[in-house]
Amino acid sequence: MSRLLIEASTPLCLLQDAGRFGVRHLGVTQGGALDWVSMSWANWLLGNALDAPVVEITLGGFTVQAEDYCLLALAGADLGAYIDERAISPGRSFILQKGQRLRFTQPFSGARVYLAAPGGFDAPAVLGSCATVVREELGGVDGFGKALAEGGRLVYSGTGGAMKVLSAPDLQSGKPLDVIVGAQIGQFSGQSLFDAFNTAWALDSRADRMGMRLLGAPLQYQGPSLISEGIPLGAIQVPPDGQPIVLLNDRQTIGGYPRLGALTPLSLARLAQCLPGETVRLAPVVQQTAHQQHIDFLKRFTTT
Amino acid sequence: MKPRIEVVAIDCLMVRLFDAIAETNMPWMLAATQRLRSGFGAALVDLVPSYTTLMVHYDLGAVNPAQARALIEQALAGLQPQAQGGGQCHVLPVWYDLSVGPELTLLSQRSGLAIDEVIRRHSAHEYQVFALGFAPGFAFMGLVDEVLATPRLNTPRKRVAAGSVGIAERQTAAYPVVSPGGWNLIGRTPARLFDRGRDGYSLMQPGDTVRFEAVERAEFIKLGGDDTPLEAQA
Repeated sequence: MSRLLIEASTPLCLLQDAGRFGVRHLGVTQGGALDWVSMSWANWLLGNALDAPVVEITLGGFTVQAEDYCLLALAGADLGAYIDERAISPGRSFILQKGQRLRFTQPFSGARVYLAAPGGFDAPAVLGSCATVVREELGGVDGFGKALAEGGRLVYSGTGGAMKVLSAPDLQSGKPLDVIVGAQIGQFSGQSLFDAFNTAWALDSRADRMGMRLLGAPLQYQGPSLISEGIPLGAIQVPPDGQPIVLLNDRQTIGGYPRLGALTPLSLARLAQCLPGETVRLAPVVQQTAHQQHIDFLKRFTTT
Repeated sequence: MKPRIEVVAIDCLMVRLFDAIAETNMPWMLAATQRLRSGFGAALVDLVPSYTTLMVHYDLGAVNPAQARALIEQALAGLQPQAQGGGQCHVLPVWYDLSVGPELTLLSQRSGLAIDEVIRRHSAHEYQVFALGFAPGFAFMGLVDEVLATPRLNTPRKRVAAGSVGIAERQTAAYPVVSPGGWNLIGRTPARLFDRGRDGYSLMQPGDTVRFEAVERAEFIKLGGDDTPLEAQA
């Protein structure tokens, strides 16, 4: 068993896995790592299952001290990580000797980094997952949805683990985000459809694990009011003010606003690394095409 | 019955069965749920029912979009509504009182009915659970007597006590845990609506039916209810 003492944390430092499934019909949200690609890479670096429990660190402000010899891995954003006084970049596994500190200072590139340990960090599975959902009091180290906090401990029990290095994570490409267009697309005005896919959208500071608001030309929905229905991950809903909101892992399970469509999982992973004020563009994609791209991408984890 | 299938995400298809909210939708929704669950088997990640739709979230590593669409069409071919007794019927005890249900007054004024009659009408009907959402175990139920239909509060409360029973338009619901909320509160139930230690977790499942039963304060407390007035908790 290896232990890490948490010396500094924020409400945005959370234990996560791939999320909670099979219970959404009960009103339980999905949860899980916002950048699932980086979570997967962090686990891959240690030879873990790709969805083993990791720490999602958003923006920094997180410090742990090793109470035992620890093997760890990092993937995702560059949040100015240091082992004691030595800088360490994400995309690799590394050793933290007993007494050494790992700290994350501030975002230099991207927004979220994932810390993995052999076999994943220990946490009880609650409704099948240890994904932390603070609002629902589910998951996390204690099982009751608490964010990681100063004075707490991260423990892992797995041994060994591969020592791999990640060559090209390719997270911050400037490509547009792919949107699978939804059934209500035809009920937005022509001008709105043009604007949606041909103008830049700025990320609002009103952003959390439930959703990210996009600021730009207001989109006009002209259809009838809708009856609440299931909301998929990445859904781009358009409330009456016309400013779209991308719904993320901790979204509510049903809702009644019209939707432009839904971002693909690969685009969601990229969006999760964007900071407020950054701009993104949207591009329509067909479901079958996106499906094939996704299946092809997953092969990287087995062949890299 | 010819359900429409719509693309909603890379691994989700929306099955649209109806265009309007109705209690008569439910036997069809239940039948479709069962067929889809067995049709997809392990390839089903989540099935999210709501008033008129079922969102099928499938494992994209197991089936592609065309296969998923075919599975839905197969599962729903010749669909018949579920016979009686599809869902469970729950009886929820409710302490209807102004101290825990301050909008009893508003409902009485709007409907022109005495408070006792508001309570009688709310507890006279066997409601359908149309969907769960907003929070784990929060069941949207209906349809409430037209006379009692009342829009949500203009300003939602920051804190609604666990067990609070409310009305919004022609729907009624009970809050499983303390949360913000904009429904018109009329009483409180001692029932544990969501319990991580219980089989199935949520007391109410989509397609179940619910009857509210008025109880006195003493009975409410005996059943484990917390009678702290709403204002005192704010």
